[in-house]
Amino acid sequence: MHNQLEESLADRILVLDGAMGTMIQQHDLTEDDFRNEQLKDHESPLKGNNDLLSLTRPDIILDIHRDYLEAGADIIETNTFSSTSIAQADYELEELVHDLNYQSAKLAKQAADEYTAKTPDKPRFVAGSVGPTNRTASLSPDVNNPGYRAVNFDDLQEAYREQINGLLDGGCDILLIETIFDTLNAKAALFACEQVFEERGQKWPIMVSGTITDASGRTLSGQTPEAFLISVSHAPLLSVGFNCALGAEQLEPYLERVAKETNFYTSAHPNAGLPNEFGEYDQTPDMMAGQIEEYLKNNLVNIIGGCCGTTPEHTKIIAETAAKYEPRKRKETVNG
Amino acid sequence: MANQFHPTKLVLSGLEPLITGEDSNFVNVGERCNVTGSRKFLRLIREENFDEAVEVARNQVEGGAQILDVNMDEGMLNGKEAIVKFLNLIAAEPDIARVPIMVDSSKWEIIEAGLKCIQGRGVVNSISLKEGEKIFLEQAKKIRQYGAATVVMAFDEDGQADTYERRISICKRSYDLLINEVGFDPHDIIFDPNIFPVGTGIEEHNNYAVDFFNAANWIRTNLPGAHVSGGLSNVSFSFRGNNAVREAMHSAFLYHAIKNGMDMGIVNPTTLTIYDDIDPELLEKVEDVLFNRREDATEELLDFAQSVKQKGAPKEKVLEWRSLPLEKRIEHALVKGIAEFIEEDVEESRQEKDKPLEVIEGPLMKGMNVVGDLFGSGKMFLPQVVKSARVMKRAVAYLEPYLEEEKRKNPNPSDKGKGKVLLATVKGDVHDIGKNIVGVVLACNNYEIIDLGVMVPTEKIIEEAKKNDVDIIGLSGLITPSLDEMVTVAEHLEKDGFKTPLLIGGATTSKAHTAVKISPAYSGSTLNVLDASRAVTFVERLLSKDRDEFLAKAKEEYDRLRDDYNQKKSAKKLIPFSVAQENRLKVDWENSLVSPPKQKGVYEMEFSIRELRNYIDWSPFFQSWELYGRFPRILKDKVVGEQAQELFDDAQVMLESIIQEKWLKAKAVYGLFGAYSETDSVAVLDENDNEIERFEMIRQQMDQRKGRPNRSLADYVAPKGHNDHMGAFAVTAGIGIEKKLEQFERENDDYKNIMLKALADRLAEASAELLHERIRKEYWGYVPSENLNNDALIKEKYQGIRPAPGYPACPDHTEKLKIFDLLDVEKRIGLSLTDSMAMYPSSAVSGWYFASPESRYFNVGKIDKDQVEDYASRKNMSIEEAEKWLRPILSYK
Repeated sequence: MHNQLEESLADRILVLDGAMGTMIQQHDLTEDDFRNEQLKDHESPLKGNNDLLSLTRPDIILDIHRDYLEAGADIIETNTFSSTSIAQADYELEELVHDLNYQSAKLAKQAADEYTAKTPDKPRFVAGSVGPTNRTASLSPDVNNPGYRAVNFDDLQEAYREQINGLLDGGCDILLIETIFDTLNAKAALFACEQVFEERGQKWPIMVSGTITDASGRTLSGQTPEAFLISVSHAPLLSVGFNCALGAEQLEPYLERVAKETNFYTSAHPNAGLPNEFGEYDQTPDMMAGQIEEYLKNNLVNIIGGCCGTTPEHTKIIAETAAKYEPRKRKETVNG
Repeated sequence: MANQFHPTKLVLSGLEPLITGEDSNFVNVGERCNVTGSRKFLRLIREENFDEAVEVARNQVEGGAQILDVNMDEGMLNGKEAIVKFLNLIAAEPDIARVPIMVDSSKWEIIEAGLKCIQGRGVVNSISLKEGEKIFLEQAKKIRQYGAATVVMAFDEDGQADTYERRISICKRSYDLLINEVGFDPHDIIFDPNIFPVGTGIEEHNNYAVDFFNAANWIRTNLPGAHVSGGLSNVSFSFRGNNAVREAMHSAFLYHAIKNGMDMGIVNPTTLTIYDDIDPELLEKVEDVLFNRREDATEELLDFAQSVKQKGAPKEKVLEWRSLPLEKRIEHALVKGIAEFIEEDVEESRQEKDKPLEVIEGPLMKGMNVVGDLFGSGKMFLPQVVKSARVMKRAVAYLEPYLEEEKRKNPNPSDKGKGKVLLATVKGDVHDIGKNIVGVVLACNNYEIIDLGVMVPTEKIIEEAKKNDVDIIGLSGLITPSLDEMVTVAEHLEKDGFKTPLLIGGATTSKAHTAVKISPAYSGSTLNVLDASRAVTFVERLLSKDRDEFLAKAKEEYDRLRDDYNQKKSAKKLIPFSVAQENRLKVDWENSLVSPPKQKGVYEMEFSIRELRNYIDWSPFFQSWELYGRFPRILKDKVVGEQAQELFDDAQVMLESIIQEKWLKAKAVYGLFGAYSETDSVAVLDENDNEIERFEMIRQQMDQRKGRPNRSLADYVAPKGHNDHMGAFAVTAGIGIEKKLEQFERENDDYKNIMLKALADRLAEASAELLHERIRKEYWGYVPSENLNNDALIKEKYQGIRPAPGYPACPDHTEKLKIFDLLDVEKRIGLSLTDSMAMYPSSAVSGWYFASPESRYFNVGKIDKDQVEDYASRKNMSIEEAEKWLRPILSYK
């Protein structure tokens, strides 16, 4: 599978799918949709725990995957952004972490295989989504106590190991560490990857995707794009890039800076513009594709997709646009 | 220098990247956060004084450390806990965390704990083969997985390498293991081949330095990619107590070590002499020791050391520049801002030339071009440029009679310089420090400046612009009503058919305001220039051939800003005013009422400038000179430190004159009154509880997060029936300033002119600080026992606030009128208000006092029409007028 991925990347710009949350919101779901037999008496409310739908409403998740594949996605992400024991603690569902990751990966794999079977010359891949959790290892949540940490490296790498094992058990082709707003969290995830690979005696490709929070041009934990790149480059990555927080236009300068510096493949999955006054994303597929075309013209990406606010319509136009361009050539190595 | 070696590269990161190696740059590691090397740091950590320990780190970074070494190896400490705590704390300080961390310990568990705290790519210091290959490989592999580079000591199972052969064989073995067994990137390997003391009197030690140089050279030649590092201070260990010799040894050792490939080290940059500046005799003796050149080298150096004075080079060299050729002397005088000899040099030049004008166009302009280039490339700073300008003005003033004479003899049409720029502070505003700086900087670059001064009416701007046929008009202003005034000027320019480019500057102006409000009113190009250093580039490009391209680019940006603004205008949701009022700050007055003032009524006083001096907040002083950084750290800043120190010294000299020669008077008036609040108003009472004034406040109208109130200053005063109080004040430190400013103008001394204004501003702020302290402790006396130092005062760590009308907590300047009435300010202390509500003299502060422990500064933010309507009716103003004064905070057009 890894070879197929490398071949595809050498051949063309790969399309990553769009937002999962945005698609889920379009269904009018109630608390019942987030419960199954096993969870019917669970005490905490579960509505809003979207990852859980992989167990309680797999039909919805499977359909969303199919919609994105139909739109032209080469890589689809598992519905596991928050499937770590740290994030699931909010719902008291730490026990379900392996199951969530395993089932989500299986669902995505099933959908991807259906489409690969239709067009075997265009293999589809499943990327296991590894989110940032809701805690930060290098920032204190308490302004009066800057030395305090709500989570540390060991907690994180332990939680990530559990998640990654579940994803790989379910058949993921790639691991995607994404929406990184604190690089130390990501370093813990990378450390966990290496531990898991060693235990399993096999390696999987890793994609890393940071988040530039706002116009300050830095991650939430304060790093510049270059510093972020340097801080994750020790791991054998497939790709590095950015997603979320910004629209395609705002993201471009940072993507450019990283694309210029790195020998890894690059990826981007920006939001559908910036949120409007109601917190909604209203950039149309055409508008977004127009901005993304700038990336393609400037040779900035190898993998392109969408984050918050994007839908299969966005993916469709992005895929059509991407097909017109050559993939980014990686930088020549300077010092070996 | 290092071309003989393999190219190498070191790629690390904190919040920012650190990439070195391409030009063989030397990387400097800061070593003071090390309990084994710094007694002070050890004491701070032992006493758990982490605040000050963090300051040590900050000083290191500000002093030029590119990597921060952190070491907590001390028997009495829990090293693991201490390093985690310290690293977490400095991670919260962006100006420290920007550099990579070197996790320094002899204990692996401490290193690992440290690596788990750093988000950037750091360095481990250190690992070695001391405990055998297995442990070495395990640790190296972990380091790779944590994403760090590592220092490797020349140490193996048999001990520390102390000969050349042992050094290279251990390094070679370590290198091969790291590359072949662990898959380490060779660029991440930093060898420390052990710097040992020389000149110890023990014969075996005599070759230590030579061995180190040779080992460094061998590593860089034979182990591609790897770096060489070391701790410098060791080498001079036996000369403790003689800093002159130690510094010379460090400098000489470093010089030769770098030549031999050392590219990283623990060096204290502030105590390093320049190699070329070392006394030649001392240098020779030091190098005799380092290179083991003579048997008696150590004794010779020891003897010589007794005679070496601790002080640096003698001062005679200073005037060496006077022996340079004439043109170079003039250039030197301009670049260094030395006026002492300029007249004699200009006279000499005048005699050489045919016409006096040639002196200006020749050597003087050439010198100023050098100044311009240095400033443009960031190698000179604003205060220096202003000094250069002073020299230039002196020179031109000296030539003036000759120029007149020449003109009389030989009248020809005056040739226009590079262009004419008109500058003015708009009507109603008296602030001009920034405008004057822009004038000086542009004049330095050979533009003709027509400065109309302050409070310039629109008609005058237009008249002068026409009369002088200017190429550019620059408007300046500081207070918010000036923003509107600038729009008015733009409208009039438009009406009169001007197309002259318009530049907008001043602290409250912004690109957004210029794009949204000013530029649409005027069809000529309108640009915002936020600092003086930009002004030159802007003017140059506006008058150059590629002007159209420049303007097109600017237009694109301003159009986008305008669009963004229009799109985002309503982005922040406001709540109805009545709901905001409902969500006011609710204070438990029963339990938090402060004691009544010791003395009510209105009082005036004069402050001694000498006393005020101790209350000065210096950071804004440096800002007004475009030197950014916090005082006192800025004095040690790597980039601007030297300049800041010089500026600070000059400021002290002038302050002394201000005090001795009584240039300025600082006066204050304050009043303390009974008061009660009524929703958004505060009624002020006289001795008999009759209402004598009513202040109208403005309330935050944003949609607050749950639990956060919509604040108004009125919330800080209790409602009727509680016997609460409030105060008001006005201070100025600008009395008498005119006379001195005129004198400096006559003397063509912009430097002193700007300096005096900047100092008067600081003294006014200091007066406000001092008065507020006395109010709290004595006059009102609600916290008689407060005991804060100046730093704590600046950080506003006291109870109660003194907000000023027109600023974020109550953004309407017209409330000042009431304060001025209530306290009879003009009559009592000679401070007046302009039409735009600017205070004159401009070095002044006025505001209210609120004493409630609940009171704090806040930002009103945008408000909606419903509040404006209510506010206007409370103030007996028309809605249009209220809108005029509140324009910057209106959420609607």
